[in-house]
Amino acid sequence: MTRNVSITLQNTDDARPIIEAIEQDNPDAVVHHYPSMVKIDSPGQLTVRQSTVEEKLGRDWDVQELHLSIISLSGNVDEEDEYFTLSWQ
Amino acid sequence: MSVATKARKLGLKQRYALMTRGLGWETTYQPMDTVFPYDTYEGIKIHDWDAWEDPFRLTMDAYWKYQSEKERKLYAVIDSFAQNNGHLGITDARYVNAIKLFLTGVSPLEYQAHRGFAHAGRHFRGVGPRIACQMQSIDELRHAQTQVHAMSHYNKYFDGFHDKTHMHDRVWYLSVPKSFFDDAMTAGPFEFLTAISFSFEYVLTNLLFVPFMSGAAYNGDMATVTFGFSAQSDEARHMTLGLEVIKFMLEQDEGNTPIVQRWMDKWFWRGYRLLALVAMMMDYMLPKRIMSWQEAWEMYFEEAGGALFEDLSRYGIRPPKYHEVAAKEKDRISHEAWGIFYNYTHAAAFHTWLPNEDEMAWLSAKYPKTFDKIYRPRYEQWAKMKAEGKRFYNNTLPQLCTTCQIPMGFTEPDDPTTICFRSSEYRGERYHFCSDGCKDIFDYEPEKYIQSWLPVHQIYQGNCGGAELGQVLDWYHINQGADNLDYDGSPDQQLWDKWMSDRKKAAS
Amino acid sequence: MPVTAIGKYEFEPLDKRENFHGNIITYWNWEKHLMFCSPVALPFPPDMRFGDVVEKVFPDVYGAHPDFEKVDWSKVKWTLNQEPFTPDFDRSLEENGFDHKCVVRFWTPGLDGYKGSAN
Repeated sequence: MTRNVSITLQNTDDARPIIEAIEQDNPDAVVHHYPSMVKIDSPGQLTVRQSTVEEKLGRDWDVQELHLSIISLSGNVDEEDEYFTLSWQ
Repeated sequence: MSVATKARKLGLKQRYALMTRGLGWETTYQPMDTVFPYDTYEGIKIHDWDAWEDPFRLTMDAYWKYQSEKERKLYAVIDSFAQNNGHLGITDARYVNAIKLFLTGVSPLEYQAHRGFAHAGRHFRGVGPRIACQMQSIDELRHAQTQVHAMSHYNKYFDGFHDKTHMHDRVWYLSVPKSFFDDAMTAGPFEFLTAISFSFEYVLTNLLFVPFMSGAAYNGDMATVTFGFSAQSDEARHMTLGLEVIKFMLEQDEGNTPIVQRWMDKWFWRGYRLLALVAMMMDYMLPKRIMSWQEAWEMYFEEAGGALFEDLSRYGIRPPKYHEVAAKEKDRISHEAWGIFYNYTHAAAFHTWLPNEDEMAWLSAKYPKTFDKIYRPRYEQWAKMKAEGKRFYNNTLPQLCTTCQIPMGFTEPDDPTTICFRSSEYRGERYHFCSDGCKDIFDYEPEKYIQSWLPVHQIYQGNCGGAELGQVLDWYHINQGADNLDYDGSPDQQLWDKWMSDRKKAAS
Repeated sequence: MPVTAIGKYEFEPLDKRENFHGNIITYWNWEKHLMFCSPVALPFPPDMRFGDVVEKVFPDVYGAHPDFEKVDWSKVKWTLNQEPFTPDFDRSLEENGFDHKCVVRFWTPGLDGYKGSAN
């Protein structure tokens, strides 16, 4: 059985383009809305792609800007200049 | 904020290598073992410190940039909360009591974490973990400061916020979080990281910050939500450090596995017991609730933790011992904890109350197996006593568990109507525990816990201001008649009710 | 070694009997009455008469409960340190086998709390 990885982001103007990008790039992800936060679960793996977030934002975006919006995560982290990935092996 | 230019000369991995490993050196005036005397005695064997990898690859320059941005955002909110009388926007003043418990119970732990990570960082000879600990140490200091700042606004209007550090060192229920952290701080650096970074941050902290802070938002407390999530944004990095340290130890030497497993068992149980206070905050102290303790436990421990331990099974790690006991207790610990504080709220620096009809209906729907059978009748009886003018306070001090220091109010794993008693003998003395989990921890290192500063025994030994309750409360710096007793009739309630009736008058 | 430590690690227990000014600490629990959230801790001189605990101290400890006045003390079932035990009300705690940090649990047949809910 594939276990979910998970990321929780603040429900803010900064985070909304990231949430949209995650939804677009991870078709199996399920988005849960709570007061002031959004929790996204995805089976096995979840990727935040720099190019997609930049498309949504209309500006350059450093993957490390994720630090400003993230609340929690579950899964092994792999971060590079172009992406941020959570996975269970 | 300013955006880093895309045409970088170095990639993230290279920058990280240069800004961490590149900063370390082998000592020559003194041998490394003398400079770093504490990173071997716990029995953890490390063959290659350079195998440490920070998955976020955060370097100090980027750290300062993002942290200052977080601070700017946070202080803008705290400022506008204070300027706009944000305290008038909360759902009900009962809620503020959760914040009192947070300020006296949790914020001092943030400060202790600041000290603990500075100490652990100093004592790792590897540069990777040293830098990760340094960042976390600064984070924790930031959390302690921003929490005090944010909550200082409530101190202008509500009771119980005036002396958190003094209370943390003395008040009976605050010995629960205090002793938890003292236990971790007095362990070696690897156990400290397993305790705080892994078991607390990775496995359990979500339960403290995430649903509770979302609940704060739901109850109109903008200041708390903001410091909570600002702190939590560091927490994601701390969690990653926690998982990293575990994998690092497990990959370095097979002999590390049993040591790591034992620490996981111990610190899961210690953290879980501490969270009984959070369980009660979620189920009883938020006037508007978003999820029950049981639901949060299922989402964050059983599901997320389940995935984590399945991932770690490739190293020969199993889920922490007694996790199945925690599963059995998930529909009762919040009620048992609230019962303890209802009993002894005359000796606490916050108020308790009986849940109202709507709240009982919610609790009954969330806890169908236990609430109507055990806890509703309890509240009915207390309501009856209160109506007769005899609000129940327990006027005899409770027996405490030697390990977690919580009053022995938890019940047998398979019988929610019988108190769980466990005991051990060590060098001719008898010691008592609330659970097999707490007993096991004692049995492994009894010398550590025979020193437990148990508040009830300290009172009986005459070390807490006097033999009368009033003298002890003075010694705690609890303002009697204001900070303590039931919410009904408290100065907090009177002030809040006046504000609300003034608002109605102004609106009509 | 009882503790993983950087050196010698030996300490005196903080709660040994001589620290309580001649008293022993005793713990008591009225079973199936969880309105009292946990067992209570009471310091007593070891030569105190057992019956005095029940007759003079219990009313302050447990009197708030409506069941308390209905208790028939001749039918109560006791354990001392988890062993079944029949107290002699006229003998001292020590003569009844009480020691420092002992646990006394008692069941009151027919009285199982408010509406039988163990409260």
